[in-house]
Amino acid sequence: MAHTHEAAHHADDHSHDHHGPEKGWRRWVYATNHKDIGTMYLVFSLIMFFVGGTMALVIRAELFQPGLQLVDPMFFNSMTTMHALVMIFGAVMPAFVGLANWMVPLQIGAPDMALPRMNNFSFWIMPFAFTLLLSTLFVPGGAPAGGWTMYPPLVLQNGTSFPMLIFAVHLMGASSIMGAINVVVTIMNMRAPGMSLLKMPLFVWSWLITAYLLVAVMPVLAGAVTMLLTDHYFGTTFFEAAGGGDPVMFQHIFWFFGHPEVYIMILPAFGVVSEIIPTFSRKPLFGYDAMVYATASIAFLSFIVWAHHMFTVGMPLAGQLFFMLATMLIAVPTGVKVFNWTATMFKGSISFEPPMLFALSFLFLFTIGGFSGLMLAIVPADFQYHDTYFVVAHFHYVLVPGAIFGIMAAVYYWLPKWTGHMYNNKLATWHFWLSTIFVNVLFFPQHFLGLAGMPRRIPDYSTQFADWNMVSSIGAFGFGLSQLLFAYIVWQTARGGVKASAKVWDTATPHGLEWTLSSPPPYHSFEVAPEVK
Amino acid sequence: MSKILKYAAASVAASVMACLPVGAALAAWDLNMPVGVTELSRDIHGLHMLIFWICVIIAFAVFGMMIYSIVKFRHSQGAVPAKFDHSTRAEIVWTIIPVAILVGMAIPAAETLIRIEDTRNSELTIKVTGYQWKWQYEYLDQKVSFFSTLARDSDAARQLDSGIDPQTVEHYLLNVDKPLVVPEDTKVRVLLTSADVIHAWWVPAFGMKKDAIPGFVNELWFNAEEPGIYRGQCAELCGRDHGFMPVVVDVRPKAEYEAWLKAQQGGESAPAQAAVEKINDGAATEVVAKAE
Repeated sequence: MAHTHEAAHHADDHSHDHHGPEKGWRRWVYATNHKDIGTMYLVFSLIMFFVGGTMALVIRAELFQPGLQLVDPMFFNSMTTMHALVMIFGAVMPAFVGLANWMVPLQIGAPDMALPRMNNFSFWIMPFAFTLLLSTLFVPGGAPAGGWTMYPPLVLQNGTSFPMLIFAVHLMGASSIMGAINVVVTIMNMRAPGMSLLKMPLFVWSWLITAYLLVAVMPVLAGAVTMLLTDHYFGTTFFEAAGGGDPVMFQHIFWFFGHPEVYIMILPAFGVVSEIIPTFSRKPLFGYDAMVYATASIAFLSFIVWAHHMFTVGMPLAGQLFFMLATMLIAVPTGVKVFNWTATMFKGSISFEPPMLFALSFLFLFTIGGFSGLMLAIVPADFQYHDTYFVVAHFHYVLVPGAIFGIMAAVYYWLPKWTGHMYNNKLATWHFWLSTIFVNVLFFPQHFLGLAGMPRRIPDYSTQFADWNMVSSIGAFGFGLSQLLFAYIVWQTARGGVKASAKVWDTATPHGLEWTLSSPPPYHSFEVAPEVK
Repeated sequence: MSKILKYAAASVAASVMACLPVGAALAAWDLNMPVGVTELSRDIHGLHMLIFWICVIIAFAVFGMMIYSIVKFRHSQGAVPAKFDHSTRAEIVWTIIPVAILVGMAIPAAETLIRIEDTRNSELTIKVTGYQWKWQYEYLDQKVSFFSTLARDSDAARQLDSGIDPQTVEHYLLNVDKPLVVPEDTKVRVLLTSADVIHAWWVPAFGMKKDAIPGFVNELWFNAEEPGIYRGQCAELCGRDHGFMPVVVDVRPKAEYEAWLKAQQGGESAPAQAAVEKINDGAATEVVAKAE
């Protein structure tokens, strides 16, 4: 709030123009400023992170020991379904859009996003979409319980929640598409003079590619769920064999969206890490061009590997071989990225500030997720791994210490820039160690459970799986509680603290236009375009 | 940094210690995929271990390099950063080597996959139909058909707040009233379909998992070499009781299997048997027509 008053005062002094934000609620509801909208996206995402996290803790509490102690199996299924939807569409994606809103204009030397009113609209759809989604918890029949993948015919067994789920997904999709269009238009049109595409910071590059993926696949998801809707209410039989349809066709369409979606959630994290590692290694990023081409290759490959999510549906041999080989190929550009990050650190001068700690943790743990991904690509082995906890372990390794640690690294890297204050370094370091240790206690044993034969999405299990489930649940509560520390650190930094300089990381070597502006940056970022050599 | 490492080591030790006493009192801490009882499952296990070790070797190289850099090139130790920002040779090398490793993995994987998909020359065909939440097994040529559901004691114990300790129930959630019985050393072809939503039939010891999809027929095969009881579960989310429809296969020596089959064919009352036959006649021609 101190912020608002200061800015308002500033506006009074120069009443002939509009260099400050509106007062009170108008600032947020009518927001067109990229920083305000970015802040709203990030706060919204943090709230959803705790909502989705609470659901995860319900799941892990029930799985703490064999037998059903806490919830009905139907509610358990609702929790797994809602946890995924909230975390994917409510936590990870909006967090990255928030980071894009804050950082893209700052990094390309622009005053704001290209389409500020659409920016406002794309954010304000989100609270409505999630009110609709979360309200299904209170309707007859309960929240959606057919899995976030919404496979028919099971999804059609949902009660009143079914149409609400479909419309919520439509709203989220519309919001994402608008956000993505805004990013593309901004990057293509508003770069400072001299900033050619191959001079853009990697965070901007990774978001440009992500935005194209979003524009390409969100409409596909919208189409798939609309077909579910017409199957249910208007007598079509897209996914029903009795009418000449095929339930597996839904899976093909869904995963044509779903696999690029996976990269939508990780590419911006690649971008963040590519900014942070050179800064704290005090050495330029190794192989900038290769990094750009690798990101683009991953994005291209993401369109031709979707069926590896469904090897057990009974595809022709040729299909299985094609999707196996294409999937394995993704390891090549991903490997290039990991090697380049490592080579950036090699012969550098490394220090361990909180953003670097999270980036390093990302580097190690995302790579573990990459290894299990490679194992999952091998079709015969996948017949064993498929739909077990091995898969759960795999995608949580790439999403939690992957995507979410990427987001946290970004917050610790840029928070002093955003607020003008340094955060409590000691607390942030504690947050890092607690998160890194507990995330492994939480997810590493799930590899063992999956290999030993525990299927995913079950509310209760045979006693042979009891030990590792207990360990995993302890890790879950440790990880979940540690995140309260994160919320506290962010809140504390927003309220005040030691003033941050323009460069913020004075002893390191941060590169990019954002460090040429004051901390916090002026309301209209770059009013005069900077010159890029 | 060293202080941080000390904290880290202490926390890891603490969390490991916290779990140990509990573990000692309970069952085994399984870490790896068990080796199965069919040739295919052993091949799959072999592939799994091959890829695993390749990943371990790569991990040693990559993580080793990362840790070396983190330890050796520390700002606090006065490391002076180098200025290089690319090396075309290194980049070509670490693009080509992974491609070669991948080809090396893909060849045995493709070879195994081709054998998995070869369902020809089977000696016994069983149609498996998934229901919410049980399995139906139909021996198409032998005219035997029955349902297989979760065992009573497991079902009682798994109710919310049942008060029954699952540790006291034998094969908790992995036992059925009537298992699928098959002969050893026989190529069994399983035809999979579903009566409602998608299920997946999975027996880890056979290395095989496949979806049962309403309106379509999938097939898989196995040839169990050792008599025994093998347990698995439905592997595709199929609604409320997805976790409570186990798959149990009882592999018997051929003579015992024949005796069991005789009992099934003759043991039931005549009208029931006639009904089974009628269902089977219709279903068999339909399924075979689709599978062809």
